[in-house]
Amino acid sequence: MPVSKSVGARIKRREDPRLIQGLAHYVDDIKLPNLLHVAILRSPYAHARINGINTDAAQNLSGVKSVVTGDDVKDVIGGIPCAATDPEGFPGIKVPHHPVLATGKVRFVGEPVAAVAATDAYIAQDALDLIEVDYEPLDAINSAEAAFADGAPVIHEDWDDNMAFTWSIAGGDVDAAFAEADHVVSQRIDHQRLVPNPMETRGVVAQYLPGKDQLNLWSSTQIPHLLRTQISVMLSMAENHVRVIAPEVGGGFGCKLNVYAEEALLGHMAKYLGQPVKWIEGRRENFLHTIHGRDQTGDVELAVKDDGTILGLNYTVTADVGAYYQLLTPAIPTLTGLMLCGSYTFKNVQMNLKAAFTNKMATDAYRGAGRPEATYLIERMIDVVAHDLDLDPLAVRRKNFIGKDAFPYETGTALAYDSGDYTAALDKALKIADYEALREQQAELREEGRYLGIGFSTYVEICGMGPSAAMPAGGWESSTVRVDPTGKVTVLTGVSPHGQGQETTFAQLIADGLGVDIDDIRIIHGDTDAVQYGIGTFGSRATAVGGTAMVHAMGKVKDKVVDIAAHLLESNPQDIVIEDGKYCVQGAPESGLTLGEIAMVAHVGVELPEGTEPGLAESHFFEPPNFTYPFGTHIAVVEVDADTGEVEIERYIAVDDCGNIINPLIVEGQVHGGIAQGVGQALYEEAIYDESGQMITGSFMDYALPKAHNFPRFELANTVTPSPVNPMGVKGVGEAGTIGSTPAIANAVIDALKPFGVRHIDLPLRPEKLWKLMQET
Amino acid sequence: MKIEVTVNGEHQSYDVEPRMLLVHFLRDVVGLTGTHVGCETSLCGACSVMLNGDAVKSCTVLAVQANGAEITTIEGLAQNGELHPIQEGFWECHGLQCGFCTPGMIIAAHQLLERNPKPSEADIRRGIEGNLCRCTGYQHIVDAVQYASKKMTT
Repeated sequence: MPVSKSVGARIKRREDPRLIQGLAHYVDDIKLPNLLHVAILRSPYAHARINGINTDAAQNLSGVKSVVTGDDVKDVIGGIPCAATDPEGFPGIKVPHHPVLATGKVRFVGEPVAAVAATDAYIAQDALDLIEVDYEPLDAINSAEAAFADGAPVIHEDWDDNMAFTWSIAGGDVDAAFAEADHVVSQRIDHQRLVPNPMETRGVVAQYLPGKDQLNLWSSTQIPHLLRTQISVMLSMAENHVRVIAPEVGGGFGCKLNVYAEEALLGHMAKYLGQPVKWIEGRRENFLHTIHGRDQTGDVELAVKDDGTILGLNYTVTADVGAYYQLLTPAIPTLTGLMLCGSYTFKNVQMNLKAAFTNKMATDAYRGAGRPEATYLIERMIDVVAHDLDLDPLAVRRKNFIGKDAFPYETGTALAYDSGDYTAALDKALKIADYEALREQQAELREEGRYLGIGFSTYVEICGMGPSAAMPAGGWESSTVRVDPTGKVTVLTGVSPHGQGQETTFAQLIADGLGVDIDDIRIIHGDTDAVQYGIGTFGSRATAVGGTAMVHAMGKVKDKVVDIAAHLLESNPQDIVIEDGKYCVQGAPESGLTLGEIAMVAHVGVELPEGTEPGLAESHFFEPPNFTYPFGTHIAVVEVDADTGEVEIERYIAVDDCGNIINPLIVEGQVHGGIAQGVGQALYEEAIYDESGQMITGSFMDYALPKAHNFPRFELANTVTPSPVNPMGVKGVGEAGTIGSTPAIANAVIDALKPFGVRHIDLPLRPEKLWKLMQET
Repeated sequence: MKIEVTVNGEHQSYDVEPRMLLVHFLRDVVGLTGTHVGCETSLCGACSVMLNGDAVKSCTVLAVQANGAEITTIEGLAQNGELHPIQEGFWECHGLQCGFCTPGMIIAAHQLLERNPKPSEADIRRGIEGNLCRCTGYQHIVDAVQYASKKMTT
């Protein structure tokens, strides 16, 4: 798409004025008359039987309106849904009932046990202390290994063991690849458990209108429509009597791509109490009971030739998925399997996964969702191959790259990579880094006993999710574009932005496409009573899929506008152009018509061409023919302090290719934030449960989110390889930074420690771990 | 308990529970929306406000401790419809994405620039270390503070 006046420009965001002045309305800013405040009593045990609950004292506290337990709601609120339980895909999958409030047993610390509604949030908290629960503690399981051990306690007693599901994928001929190999390079790799931690926790406000039998549910969610469908099922309400509103949402990163206990519980409480209710998640609750990410441990083997050519890959892995499934839990590791070949030509690939129930919160989609595992694994292993065979890690990458002429390229896992030029991104990054000089500097510093490391990640990822056939709950997206009689344009989009800036980028596309001022455009999202059904924002899909739906809807509107203009100007539609904001016959803008003038004609309905419907609004539901595959090269330059083990990132170079770019400012922001999250995974973040199943990293004191001083100024550039999957040629950029950065940092730190004979270290690369390694060797 | 406070220039008396936190007072009693609760433990900085000229985390200050104080929240920065230069910087430089940390981040930057009108990049990165942002990777926030510093000192 050519850069015109709006698309391609660094336009500052239209969302920002309300956000920088404190005028935005997040869930906690929703205030309703007679609002009751809900607090949730959560299990302090990882695994225990509930022998009884006494709520009398809590009920009697002044200001308490109601206390509900699992027994009170088990017959009226259905189980928390999981959309990925097909036994054909997951042979032998066990699907435990997942109640909104525990009954009989608790299975992880933080599991909801009871809920209090009171006139004041402080009183609701007081009441929690008055609820007496008779727990009988059971042995807890805090790892997949422990879950599979002989004699392990069984978490779900409907079955004999803790095997949740298995999954496998195979392509090519793995046995033949290993038979042909000169070397088998093996490594156990851990992908630690992470906590997404958007700065806004979750929150729900529910209001029931008895006169209409209508439930209004405000939730900090990425998927208002999918949530509406699921809530209506859980509460046995007609879906068209449930309205879900995602107000301003303070970040999601996948953890709000879900359906949670509190959403159904508050809906139920609002209805039976006859008063609106609000619950705002505390940060501690967020750590314990909002989904986690990653948590796979696996053995990877690469079949390799002497020259570094990779022939095949075999990955045998266990996933610790926690005690229950959330919306997409089993689906996440399947994305790991699909992307195991990375940017490389080998097609013989196999992954065998066993997933374990443990006494932890469920894992699910966290920024990247399964793909960071694949990218970290293959990019880390390329460096291990280089280490073992004494080859240059860059040479191994170049040797195995898929060539730019090979696209569309079918992988060993049956994906069709859409477009790419991996060498171009690598070359550009090397040039920015001044790679040769960096290696010289590294050698000089080593002489001084200082440890500089240079790490690469030449990633490819899968975005624009996705074709419906490959998704658990629809992969298309929707939009309606309507022009009001006065010429103002309203867009209804099925995606649900929460920081990604589509109120700006979508308006840029409309401004150029319809020839209107960007200030005359309004983008409406996140209200199921206002917007046609949509899927939501996740998987770097909002622009690639949702934006495409909008562009198609806009095209239909424009066709009609042009037809009407041609009729009014007594010309032919093919002769109508937009000049100076007017629809006119080419070369005659002085007699042209504004969009508003044409829209008024469309609405008055008198001067329309014969057979033309009045009004000016069109919808489109876009089904993408394929995923998109952004790629790039990230280079990290780090120094490890020999005295303390601390890692300082000296430079960070990222060359990303997300196809055509609508707003470079927003794309930069997405990449920056993504890099920071991937760096968090590499260096700082880890959710740790102790042997009794207590989470010992349940606050920002113990779980380190990256801070501003942890980073240098990122050096960003792009290559542009348009995607053929959508007419805009965009690929998506929400997750690239996170997927690309973790292996770049890990490879850099391990490169720095090469003089100590280090081959691999599991993440996070915290100072004490590195310091100990340096002392040992 | 009766307290008297001046919030964004408006002096008023209120009757509050002794245990009420300042952030809840600002949000639920005064009725403001810009000061956010991110962690309730003073670690994320989303609730930062100016209290008698110092940036404080209002989730760990009691409302009664603010008796007699002057408080400035994010809503009090723009004057006569003109954005404060720091707000302008955040907008110009794309210093926010989801916006939830932004009011607290702007307050922290306000304090920083009062104490050090021409901070280096390293000063800025250290100066906002009490405020967490999960979206931006901080670079555009640094740009925003530099923008404001330049505008406020020339």
